[in-house]
Amino acid sequence: MLYYTLKRLGLAGLVALTVSFISFGLLYISSDPAIAMAGETASDADIEAIRQLYGFDRPILVQYFDWLQRAMSGDLGKSYYFRTDVSALIAERLSTTMTLGVSAITFAIVLSVPLGVAAAIRPNSLIDRIALFLSVMGQALPSFWFALMLIVFLSVSLRLLPTSGSDTWQHFIMPTIVLGYYAAPAIMRLTRTGMLEVLSTDYIRTARAKGLRPRVVLFKHALRNAVIPVVSLTAVQFGFMLGGSIVVETIFALHGAGFLAWESITRNDLPTVQGLILVFSLFYIVLTFFADLLNAWLDPRIRIN
Amino acid sequence: MSEINGKTLESQTKSSVFRRRVFGHQGVMIGAAIVLAAVLIALSAPLIAPHDPYYQDLLNRLVPPVWDSRGSWEHILGTDHLGRDYLSRLIYGARISLLIGVGAALISGLIGTVLGVAAGYFGGRVDMVVTFMITVRLSMPVVLVALAVVAIVGGSLQVVIMVLGFLLWDRFAVVMRSSTLQIRSMDYVAAAQAVGCSTTRILTTEIMPNVVNNLIVIATLEIAHAIILEAALSFLGLGVQPPLPSWGLMVSEGKDMMLFEPWLITIPGVALFLLVLAINLLGDGARDITAPENRN
Repeated sequence: MLYYTLKRLGLAGLVALTVSFISFGLLYISSDPAIAMAGETASDADIEAIRQLYGFDRPILVQYFDWLQRAMSGDLGKSYYFRTDVSALIAERLSTTMTLGVSAITFAIVLSVPLGVAAAIRPNSLIDRIALFLSVMGQALPSFWFALMLIVFLSVSLRLLPTSGSDTWQHFIMPTIVLGYYAAPAIMRLTRTGMLEVLSTDYIRTARAKGLRPRVVLFKHALRNAVIPVVSLTAVQFGFMLGGSIVVETIFALHGAGFLAWESITRNDLPTVQGLILVFSLFYIVLTFFADLLNAWLDPRIRIN
Repeated sequence: MSEINGKTLESQTKSSVFRRRVFGHQGVMIGAAIVLAAVLIALSAPLIAPHDPYYQDLLNRLVPPVWDSRGSWEHILGTDHLGRDYLSRLIYGARISLLIGVGAALISGLIGTVLGVAAGYFGGRVDMVVTFMITVRLSMPVVLVALAVVAIVGGSLQVVIMVLGFLLWDRFAVVMRSSTLQIRSMDYVAAAQAVGCSTTRILTTEIMPNVVNNLIVIATLEIAHAIILEAALSFLGLGVQPPLPSWGLMVSEGKDMMLFEPWLITIPGVALFLLVLAINLLGDGARDITAPENRN
């Protein structure tokens, strides 16, 4: 287990390093930060002065290692637009996004796991068909459009929920639904497949044969084993969700990191965009790292291979 | 059926089984019908669109669709905030969605197939590098990176296709890698190697024909993925730019008036939903048909 952990940790570190290099290179190659900082009315001399002041005239690798070194100590530079530290800015906004992400993934799990189990118990039954239908529909529903439709129906027609802002828990209901429904079909399908597979194994037949109550067989023997692949999928989906929060937070004017991403992208605020790409990627890397460890712990076959 | 003559044997051939599976599959038939209709509409847009999708008639702005009491047959789906015919824009919008979906899937399919097949066939270091690339790619948030690049380079049809093409190859690579891995261990590949076939020949005549079914399934699902992403990017203002009639852009333009004229966002939204649904049904169905054992 220790060997597996170290190997997996090394991989995570290498991935993080590569991602940081790509996100740095991507934005620095494709635009001139000095012009972005100086504004459109600046003279050539001003731009040149900024370039030298901030060291934009140095080779890209030198700039990258400089940026990386500071990023390691938590300094992601200063935002061009907000004029404050990027790391402080992101840290401040991240709690809203985390609240949204956690409630959305909870919503997705609560919706999809019971549905997947119910569908697997009776394959091709009505409930299985309904589950399949819902998942096919859910995968085709564009989240931004679903969000707008919810606003029209729940907020405006029925006057149930507030449309935008992040002040109360009610502000989080619609964003949670919109962000969560997208992950639900995949989790539902995997739960169903896993349960179907496990339910046809010999040990389940044995458990049934020795006269255990169906509920015990189902939840204690079957679900526990079926849920192993669902754990890593949920981690992956949670990571993707934070990326998807850009669309949702923008529509509901929820002041989280996703909204910050949209604000800084539209304002050419490169240090903030870079910092956000790095933070979102790191979050995904850490998440999948722990999911893999959890999987290896639950299923010894993984760590031996 | 017990009679063994030419005809009954023939009726059991691969193609007849295939045909029976296709026409017996409800999802595929519905999906294929909608996709076919969308492709025909996109191809014949100039012929069937009742108006010029860019012509602004400022005296006839926000005319509601024909089912509304204020609507007229002149503009069946009404007009937008600049008086442009909504039906014509919807018809031309099908072109943009399909073009971006197919274009992005072609680029990402090429990248993903080359990487995945190479990783699966050669294994070892090549596999390590490709697996690492897939992990890196998955760690980067697609929407955020796509938005950032489009914001810097500037939004246009070509840019969106390129950006999505370079971002969506991960699933191709994952599936192509595992299918190639499976085929590589087959006896006929070992036989080809033993006779001394070149690597190129083995890849093109032994491996590719056997993984192409999976490739088609993934390509179909990725077309739908790219279409939904393009709509989201355009909706956020960082995708296809006005005045092009992208469906995502139409929803975005109708958003400010959605409380008074909800049809402005329902119409392009339903079109988007139906197209993506149909393509997904086609992809799921293609998997059921070509590899029924992989169902679920």
